[in-house]
Amino acid sequence: MHFWRYLARRVLSLLPVWVAISLLAFGLGTLAPGDPAEAIYYETFGEPANDQVALDRLREELGLNDPLPLRYGRWTFDAIRGDLGVSYRNGLPVLPALVSRLGSTVQLAIGGLIMAGLIALPLGILAAIRHNTLIDALARLFSLIGAAVPSYWLAYMLILVFAVYLHWLPAAGSGSWRHLILPCFTLGLGGAALLSRLLRSSMLEVLAYDYIRTARAKGLSERKVILIHALRNALIPVVTIMGNMFGFLISGAIIVETVFARPGLGRLIIEAISFRDYPVIQGFVLFTGTVFVLVSLIVDLSYTWIDPRVRLANGGPGHIG
Amino acid sequence: MEDQVTLANQSALTRSNRLRSPQSRRGLNRRMIGNFLHNRVAIAGSLIVIVMVFLAASGPLIAPHPPDEQFTGHRLESPSQEFLLGTDNLGRDTLSRLLHGARLSLGMAALATIAIVAIAISVGALAGYAGGIVDDLAMRAADVLLAFPGLILALAIIGILGPSMVNVIISLAVVSWAGYARLVRGMVLEVRERPFVEAAFATGASGTRIVTRHIIPNVVSPLIVLVSLEMGTLILAIAGLNFLGLGVQPPTAEWGAMLNQGRPFFQSEPQLMVYPGIVISLTVLGFNLLGDGLLDVLDPRYAS
Repeated sequence: MHFWRYLARRVLSLLPVWVAISLLAFGLGTLAPGDPAEAIYYETFGEPANDQVALDRLREELGLNDPLPLRYGRWTFDAIRGDLGVSYRNGLPVLPALVSRLGSTVQLAIGGLIMAGLIALPLGILAAIRHNTLIDALARLFSLIGAAVPSYWLAYMLILVFAVYLHWLPAAGSGSWRHLILPCFTLGLGGAALLSRLLRSSMLEVLAYDYIRTARAKGLSERKVILIHALRNALIPVVTIMGNMFGFLISGAIIVETVFARPGLGRLIIEAISFRDYPVIQGFVLFTGTVFVLVSLIVDLSYTWIDPRVRLANGGPGHIG
Repeated sequence: MEDQVTLANQSALTRSNRLRSPQSRRGLNRRMIGNFLHNRVAIAGSLIVIVMVFLAASGPLIAPHPPDEQFTGHRLESPSQEFLLGTDNLGRDTLSRLLHGARLSLGMAALATIAIVAIAISVGALAGYAGGIVDDLAMRAADVLLAFPGLILALAIIGILGPSMVNVIISLAVVSWAGYARLVRGMVLEVRERPFVEAAFATGASGTRIVTRHIIPNVVSPLIVLVSLEMGTLILAIAGLNFLGLGVQPPTAEWGAMLNQGRPFFQSEPQLMVYPGIVISLTVLGFNLLGDGLLDVLDPRYAS
């Protein structure tokens, strides 16, 4: 019961965010230099518009003479029905193009998140239980370097070592799980740098609690104390950040996938930018914005499952962030 | 949701959020400078930053060759006495290009920083001082920008305005001001209540005068410290956009653009990508270390 009320409240609070994103996407389109009618004329007839009458008619048909609020309303309404217009470049509908590219990008983002977790988990735990030792210092060095190295450069260095010199993994492309390893590692490293520090401080905090002392006092093995009692609670803030991070991994994936020649949203938008393909750019903002809003909704809802304290609270959490 | 900035590097604003408590904002005093000098991390960071800034400032003077000069007989050469880091596919001296590139890479980041400070102060001061619906609108806009990954919006803005160096700076400023404007607003709300502002009110100073003469000077210096923490993030973002070919155009020497120019040859001539990448990483590391150190000094509760 609480859950449904909470869900409704979250959806209602995300609605204005979505509206703002749609205003942003629409507004960007109206700022674009050049005349959409001329672009569409060119797309349709394959030559620059020289027929003023036809151009005026096209403008009228497209509703370009209407006041902005009306155009925004129409654009948003079309967008909700799944019509984001057609690409100036190839005349194909924008939404299907975005949807078909989303899978590859999300796959990479999920892989990057898993990789970040796999690196950060042992590193953060070790740094915490051996804090102020060499291991801790090395973990800190790792996270400093991980935050400073550009992902687009790291990608090439990894390709050089693992694909060009060692021939262990394919350099680029997509298809098998082996194609995913290098891109996921590239993407996950920056996240691991952040997460490992977070897990370290969270572990240190939890290890100071009384119940840990109790667990030790009743004779539990150190392994059990760390991995079961401490880690479970130390992970709560880490999972929160991981949830927020996922959205940002999607945007990071856009750069990484251009390096690895993966057919994702990144290549679509980079190509659209170089062709000044405004409907694709606008659609991209609205589409990824919508994906973001949905992801943050799912993340919020998953807190109720991860953190029992949230479940007990009246009607679920406020805005966590 | 507040801790989110451009690209995957979220650290700068996360760290800057620590500085919200009033007592940590009173600027540097002697004890803090002492702490800073004892903070090895901060010293290492400042050394890197000082060297990089020096190289950027003096690059054109100490570079052995002009950055765009093509030595046609010396294409893709390995390091030699004349070309200390070798040459690229057009026979240009890599070292000279790196030195000249430092100006653009650091300069663009500095310009973006200034733009962010300007927007953050205008919006934050207005929202904090005016309150009411202005405040609501500004803060809701900031919320949306913070909830949305900066890179996506920056790409879209560049897509609309067209690829260029100026548009890269504009797009990064547009997507990065929100967190800082919110900080300024918080500081303004706090400064407003201080006795000297009340005194100014009592003497009949106008609203504009109070904001520009009494409030803004009190929020500028902490803000500059905070935003300078984001230099590392900005350098990464700028080099990334230039790497994608969305910023400076060939033949301009800039670190990200150099990476882009080295791409076609990276299998046979990896050094064309290795050097700019190392320089970018080192610079970002320097700024991050300096930022961490500054924060440790300004707010010892978070010293690691």
